[in-house]
Amino acid sequence: LDCPPPLKTTLVTQLLQHLANAAIMGGTYALLGIGLTLIFGIMRIVNFTHGELYAFGAYMMVLFVARAGVNFYLAIPLAIVAGVALGAAIELVLLRPKRDADIDTTMLIMIGAWIVMQNTEVLIWGSVAKSVPTPFGNAPLVLGPVSISWLRVVVLGVALLLIGGIYFLIQRTRLGKAMRATFQDSATAALMGVQVNRIYTMTFAIGSGLAAAAGALLGPVFVVTPNMGDPASLKAFAIVILGGLGNITGATIGGFILALAEEIGAGYVSSGYRDAMGFVIIILVLLIKPTGLFARSERVG
Amino acid sequence: MKRLFPVAALAFFMLLPLWMKDQYYLNELIVTGIFIIAAMSLNLLLGYAGQLSLGHAAFFGIGAYVSALTSLGFTVTIFGFEVTHDPWPPFVGLLFAIIASGLCGYLIGKLAFRVRGAYFVIVTISFAEVVRLVALNWVELTNGPLALSNIPPITLGFDWTGSITLWGKIGNYYLVLAVIALAYVVIRQLVKSPFGRAMIALRENETLALSVGVGVTKYLVLAAVMSGAIAGAAGSLYAHYILIIDPMIFMFLNTVIMVIMVISGGKGTLAGPLVGGLVFGIAPVILRAYVRPEAQWILYGALMILIVYVLPDGIVPAIGRWFDGVAEGKPRETRS
Repeated sequence: LDCPPPLKTTLVTQLLQHLANAAIMGGTYALLGIGLTLIFGIMRIVNFTHGELYAFGAYMMVLFVARAGVNFYLAIPLAIVAGVALGAAIELVLLRPKRDADIDTTMLIMIGAWIVMQNTEVLIWGSVAKSVPTPFGNAPLVLGPVSISWLRVVVLGVALLLIGGIYFLIQRTRLGKAMRATFQDSATAALMGVQVNRIYTMTFAIGSGLAAAAGALLGPVFVVTPNMGDPASLKAFAIVILGGLGNITGATIGGFILALAEEIGAGYVSSGYRDAMGFVIIILVLLIKPTGLFARSERVG
Repeated sequence: MKRLFPVAALAFFMLLPLWMKDQYYLNELIVTGIFIIAAMSLNLLLGYAGQLSLGHAAFFGIGAYVSALTSLGFTVTIFGFEVTHDPWPPFVGLLFAIIASGLCGYLIGKLAFRVRGAYFVIVTISFAEVVRLVALNWVELTNGPLALSNIPPITLGFDWTGSITLWGKIGNYYLVLAVIALAYVVIRQLVKSPFGRAMIALRENETLALSVGVGVTKYLVLAAVMSGAIAGAAGSLYAHYILIIDPMIFMFLNTVIMVIMVISGGKGTLAGPLVGGLVFGIAPVILRAYVRPEAQWILYGALMILIVYVLPDGIVPAIGRWFDGVAEGKPRETRS
């Protein structure tokens, strides 16, 4: 006779599975959030192309792995480098000439760039969803009651590695020090010999690279479509508001919180409202603590 | 001279259908007109109050849905209670649309103006996205992605006066034109009033405005309410003209169209959204014959960037400066 498992066990198992899924998504969300918050914190620019850079990373995986047959693990850093290059190009061409413009002006420029990039994707790749082949079989990693596909394990691993890398970059390197100085006071930093313009370009490039990394990691998990960037942009905004604009630690924790909220919302409320969780968070944060949950003081790192 | 422009333009567009009988172009003009009304409402926030709202498609869409549902009727179950609404005339729908969108403007304003700038932008985008998800998922009320269809057209008049129902293009054309003229007058009076002056003062220098006793939040929220209400009216007109609406109405690109209309025409000018709206309403009609939709959007995006670089004030102020220069017999130095 087949007996249904006791209800309590099922609930615990479900919860554990949700937590595991949230941890995996949280890593890539954190990457998205850190990239956006870095750019906002240092450059005072609301980067509307962030989601498109995310989609760009995913399309680079399609290009390298599916079209060119490059090794999966090699394709990830290649996609990130491509994202860094595209980010640097956007900064140099569109943003540098308008360095002193007000925040609304740069926002309009970035919205224009967003539209151009998204429709260029449609033009080049078509609107049909693409998939990225992975070297992993169907057998998942089973940890007690929780099972996770190996692909997702790798995704979380790479994401954590990149988060660690960005912390190292900002806290331990000369470039990081210059970035922090520019964040606190760009005029003084310039007087102290920091080449502020170069820092801006580097910041935008690194932030873009992180978005592309998130896309390169999640592209193989889901499918790659020209519209995938829109929810990614909006999620990144939610994460950044949650953590406080310009706060990297806030963005990291915010990424995991958003992933958890989505997972719980989709699992226990309704899967149709998964993407709405971010906005519920934005509204709650603005009601309770408008400067973000982790705002000790506005600083990077 | 400048004062005669609005009257001349109104006369021109009133006479236009007399010689332009092409239904396709008339349709484009009506839809453009509806978007111009929405752009005029956005101009109130973006141009006069200086707040970039990127959720304007939400006010527009809410107006469309409220108006459609009021005139179609619905039955929904909320917390176990069955709520039934019988169809009411579309005209009542229009009123409800204005009220509902104005109310949403109030809520968003109250919430978002606690923090401004980037936060306001993100809150308005998020708001539009939440509303889109609700429209998509609350199938019982909105029919979800299957769309609300068979929306009745607007009927003017009462039982005791006899009434006309606007099925055709011509009737809707004049209705939209009338609403544009009305919105123009309302916004003009609003901007001239102490309320408008306070709003502009806030845009120019918030700290200074605050120090002379302008209540910041009060005026910004009021601007959001007015803006939302007018956008809701536009949405209602859209629903009762197109006769079918689906959650795509909340698409971010709809907001982008309104933003482009405002900034290209000239934000913070009365005629700006009208001129920008005509340019960007007619441009797709011409482009449609030559390029694919994606390429058309790429051009839009590029044009948006170009306008910020080349004509940061928009078309109307540029023409205004040129006019002043001609009047004085020498070209004035233009601001870059």
